Amino acid sequence: MAEKKVYSKLGEMLAKGEFILTGELEPEKTCDLSHTIQEAKEMAPYVVAANVTDSPLGIVTINSLAASHIIQKEANIEVIWQLTVRDVNKLGIAGMIMGGHALGLRNILSLTGDHPNMGDMPESKPVFDLDSATLCMLVREMVDKGTINGYEIESPPKFHVGAAANPNSNPMEAEALKIGRKVEAGCEFIQTQVAYDLDKTIEFLTEIKKYNVPVLLGIFPMKSYAMAKGFDTFVPGVDVPKDILAKWKSIKNDYKTDKAKQKEIYDQANYEFFKPFITELKNKDLLGGVHCMAVHYPRIFPKLIEVIKG
Amino acid sequence: MIVTTKKDFEEIEDALKSYNNIILIYCGTCSVTAQCSDEKSVNEMLEHLKNAGKNVVYHQEFKEPCDFRQDLQDWRNVPQEALDKVDAFLILSCGAGLQGMLDLFDRKNIVKPIFIGLNTHGIAETERIGRFHVKCAGCGDCLLNYTGGICPVTSCAKGLMNGPCGGQLDGKCEVGNYEKDCGWILIYERLKKIGRLDLFVQLRPAFNWADRGHQKSVVFR
Repeated sequence: MAEKKVYSKLGEMLAKGEFILTGELEPEKTCDLSHTIQEAKEMAPYVVAANVTDSPLGIVTINSLAASHIIQKEANIEVIWQLTVRDVNKLGIAGMIMGGHALGLRNILSLTGDHPNMGDMPESKPVFDLDSATLCMLVREMVDKGTINGYEIESPPKFHVGAAANPNSNPMEAEALKIGRKVEAGCEFIQTQVAYDLDKTIEFLTEIKKYNVPVLLGIFPMKSYAMAKGFDTFVPGVDVPKDILAKWKSIKNDYKTDKAKQKEIYDQANYEFFKPFITELKNKDLLGGVHCMAVHYPRIFPKLIEVIKG
Repeated sequence: MIVTTKKDFEEIEDALKSYNNIILIYCGTCSVTAQCSDEKSVNEMLEHLKNAGKNVVYHQEFKEPCDFRQDLQDWRNVPQEALDKVDAFLILSCGAGLQGMLDLFDRKNIVKPIFIGLNTHGIAETERIGRFHVKCAGCGDCLLNYTGGICPVTSCAKGLMNGPCGGQLDGKCEVGNYEKDCGWILIYERLKKIGRLDLFVQLRPAFNWADRGHQKSVVFR
């Protein structure tokens, strides 16, 4: 088999089969990226790369191509450019992929994207000319063959492409079979939706192991009780375990007067929850790494490194 | 059938504001089933027009306004004195019905405007009168052989070729607050039931739009 081509640090780590930690950055409805850049700088020493989101929940934010480029340049962090098929047709996306390469990006996470109907511009036309699998196919054609629709690209782009999966999905079989399609389409890594249910996660990861694609498990360390409660209430299909909610609530109440201590206890509680969770999956050889989606919580990364290195 | 619903009369009144003498035409086929051009709906529209101060000089059912051949026949019944008076036409039909009439107008040298009184939603299954489900998008490249007979274009909010997406929860779609079924879970369940999950695992290319789009005609003779 030909040696796998490597275009980024992420690609290199994937090729070596190393356990990977990635982070997530969520630019907001602003043209000023300074807060996100600051967060990226704090995260940078600990992660292989960080995702930059593309108007999640269909709520308009600064464009993810522009944000990815600026963050990568300013924060000295490698970016995984989240690219949804929601807003741009195949022709436009092919152009963006070349643009992304020219701007120094080398990793794409191919996503369907939340329907515009969910967000703050519901009257916007839902495009979905491609889907997350056919976007992987397009990237692979452009990168591996150096063509678009068979037409030669003078200087082709170089990208690694990944896709998403949901270990909480019901029916699980439909989701697992879809991963097979994505891998066939050329997806090189999977980042999952947030998981809290260990048994369900083991079942799902075992089911998709046959596709032989590195899976980075989505985790969401909770910065505060409000964050945990909000995540439990507002993220469809993800339930934060009741005992976690109770524990976080007690931390909130017990350390009301000592915020510094409270932070320390929250961080420790996250460590204590995620350490055995990740370790078990790692021991079962089901994981290629961890994708931490806790935005605005960069101080957790030193602890996460302890989690994944153990 | 082609499913239609009634436009708000305010919108119709606004379209007709510069015109007084009106000929009302109504479809005798799909829009009748949709209860948009049945006798009750026609009487209701006549009443609305009268209350809005319009003079309906003539009204008539056209059996299938979308069928040019039928329109030529039905047109014979339209009296000349009504045509002498008319300022504008109003039609209760789908969009194809109105545009069929435009071709007839060209043939008959009618240079009066025609306005539509209905909204067209698509090619639908009739569950019962009052419950219609748009099932076919008229793509021109039917995928039903690969999807257990369930159309991913009309049943998936995103019209995905390789679903389901991450927006499904327990078989329900994120669009519409998880009240409607996820089309791709329906496809999965149907294919599983008939023992054809081999079709579900097939990677499908992006839809080919090259032959789709505007001004499409089907001409085979």
